[in-house]
Amino acid sequence: MTQHTLSVLVENTPGILARVASLFSRRGFNIESLAVGTTEHPDISRMTIVVNVEGLPLEQVTKQLNKLINVLKIVELDPGSSVQRELVLVKVRADAETRSQVLETVQLFRAKVVDVASDAVTIEVTGTRDKLDAFLRVMEPFGIKEQVRSGMVAVGRGARSITDRSLRAIDRSA
Amino acid sequence: MTTERMTGAQALVRALENVGVDTVFGIPGGAILPAYDPLYDSVKVRHILVRHEQGAGHAAQGYAMVTGRVGVCMATSGPGATNLVTPISDAYMDSVPMVAITGQVASSLIGTDGFQEADIAGITMPITKHNFLVTDPEDIGRTIAEAFHIASTGRPGPVLVDIAKDALQATFDFEWPVTMHLPGYRPVTRPHSKQVREAARLITAAKRPVLYVGGGVLKAGASAELKVLAELTGVPVVTTLMAKGAFPDSHRLHMGMPGMHGTVGAVGALQRADLLVTLGARFDDRVTGQLDSFAPGAKVVHADIDPAEISKNRHADVPIVGDAREVIADLVVAVQAEHDAGRTGDYADWWRQLDAWRDTYPLGYDEPDDGSLSPQYVIERIGRIAGPDAYYVAGVGQHQMWAAQFIKYERPGAFLNSGGAGTMGYSVPAAMGAKVGAPESVVWSIDGDGCFQMTNQELATCAIEGIPIKIAVINNGNLGMVRQWQTLFYDGRYSNTKLHSSRIPDFVKLAEAYGCVGLRCEKPEDVDAVIAKAMEINDAPVVIDFVVHQDAMVWPMVAAGTGNDDIKIARDMAPEWENGD
Repeated sequence: MTQHTLSVLVENTPGILARVASLFSRRGFNIESLAVGTTEHPDISRMTIVVNVEGLPLEQVTKQLNKLINVLKIVELDPGSSVQRELVLVKVRADAETRSQVLETVQLFRAKVVDVASDAVTIEVTGTRDKLDAFLRVMEPFGIKEQVRSGMVAVGRGARSITDRSLRAIDRSA
Repeated sequence: MTTERMTGAQALVRALENVGVDTVFGIPGGAILPAYDPLYDSVKVRHILVRHEQGAGHAAQGYAMVTGRVGVCMATSGPGATNLVTPISDAYMDSVPMVAITGQVASSLIGTDGFQEADIAGITMPITKHNFLVTDPEDIGRTIAEAFHIASTGRPGPVLVDIAKDALQATFDFEWPVTMHLPGYRPVTRPHSKQVREAARLITAAKRPVLYVGGGVLKAGASAELKVLAELTGVPVVTTLMAKGAFPDSHRLHMGMPGMHGTVGAVGALQRADLLVTLGARFDDRVTGQLDSFAPGAKVVHADIDPAEISKNRHADVPIVGDAREVIADLVVAVQAEHDAGRTGDYADWWRQLDAWRDTYPLGYDEPDDGSLSPQYVIERIGRIAGPDAYYVAGVGQHQMWAAQFIKYERPGAFLNSGGAGTMGYSVPAAMGAKVGAPESVVWSIDGDGCFQMTNQELATCAIEGIPIKIAVINNGNLGMVRQWQTLFYDGRYSNTKLHSSRIPDFVKLAEAYGCVGLRCEKPEDVDAVIAKAMEINDAPVVIDFVVHQDAMVWPMVAAGTGNDDIKIARDMAPEWENGD
């Protein structure tokens, strides 16, 4: 399985998420993870899309995305030269007997307890996909009551910004 | 900049006038009603009231194809808008510049399942180049300017503008000109010179090159440049269904149309080529057949204005993104430079092979033994009598393929049809739009009896609006192409393909009921006379019911799912490829 992480800068217009999602489904591309949020510029949103490409070049995905009028820029973020993070909130069974073990694991993973009840704790963990997978594997035996995972967000390492030039383009045409 | 107080509806009409619209095809209804009031007063925009919104859409396509300008159709919300879906999809597949304007329920009602509400922007998202939902009158002028810009530049396509009724009714200060705001839209038209030089080098080095020409060459208006390139290089040309007329059919370098019903010469040329110079074509499955056995020995130069087409279906060794006209013009210069440096291609052996295929397997058809009329003969005679200056607009099916095969196209734009979408019912309304766009020209609709019954209500529009097109209904009483597949692949089990159109309806009476001249022809000896008669009538639409025999088949044929090498020239008859060596 080949996965790629794309940062997609889009105009913050109604329906843009539907346009991107519909393009993926229509062209038969698989979205593994999707996160959308605002950027430092109010008119630009940023999507981080983890896409599964098998049997087709990534190039087809980016070219088709580029044809959407509201898409400003697409950058592929290589795991080696970018910071990639996901967040998970997980509700784990923890009674008097197992609580200390659970809390110890939380420490080990530098996770955080965000809510405590008599027989359960809710834990927040941030990290790469692999780290979250590992954490959840360790928590499994205690009993996971509920789990929610965000899409991945990612940013390139170093001082360079991918938004700079797009911002200039949007200001020019405004 | 001028500012004037007016309603959103007035702003819409003014904006349409300002971008140069002279014709709109449409039907009013509740949500779009405000726009029809100022439209009533416009002296610049002629509104043609059609009988079904699908007709408006195809008419806009026909208008766009003959004028090279953006075609415009208009409809109300809900069912009015959804009736436009088929022509929008058709325009998307064939890259036709079109703007569809639809009324939407008032913005306060959007999302409430209001009367005649449909999310037409959502529905058409995958079949438009772009679409807009306008709820603020202030956005109307800019949106119209952007819609026309997007529809007509880069790879052309349909754009839908959905306008809420309250935005049409509100009063505001309309400003013109407007500044477009499209930061994410930057079509590339200038080709990369290094790639062009590499393409020129491959052309002169190749032994068996082919210019594989698609509809993009027509859209770019690059026929003159193409002729120069072909004659300079001496490379054979094939023109796809969408490119008929881009290169004269009579030209000695023309090998005809490739694809499922292409000539043996054109299909063979692609299959045996060592270089495909692909210009504004997209390796459609109807051209390539089974993709992995398509042109197995060929390197590929692929020039297209849409970067996403390049290497979509077939890997391009030399990708060139750019407008076909600029690409071909640059190629001419680059090839000339190769020639000047003493490097000219030698294709003599290649031409010996090509000529052998062309001589051995010309297009042809058998006349029926019983003296009945053959559809190919009818179509061939129409083409001969109406000549190269006429426009020919086909529906979809057997008659479409025969119109591609047996009418000789000598000039760009002479042939209109629904290629990518394959929309039955395209012909009559598209011919109507073509005639509006080119009123001095003769426009023939070459239609089938199945297709004709899908959109013939536009005969009323043609008769009332004074649009005297000529319609040849190639009436074999069947859904002919489907029947052909049933003959070949379903043991002749003719499930639901018999239309009985020789009895019902009576096309002559139907034509007359619609205020058209109705004629009928059933015998080969009457064909020329009835065509001549239709050619003489210029004050009314003419419908000719050509009653033809039902067993004619389209040959050659590459059966779906097979490779081009398996082309058949008749049932169970394959060409002998090496015959001419």
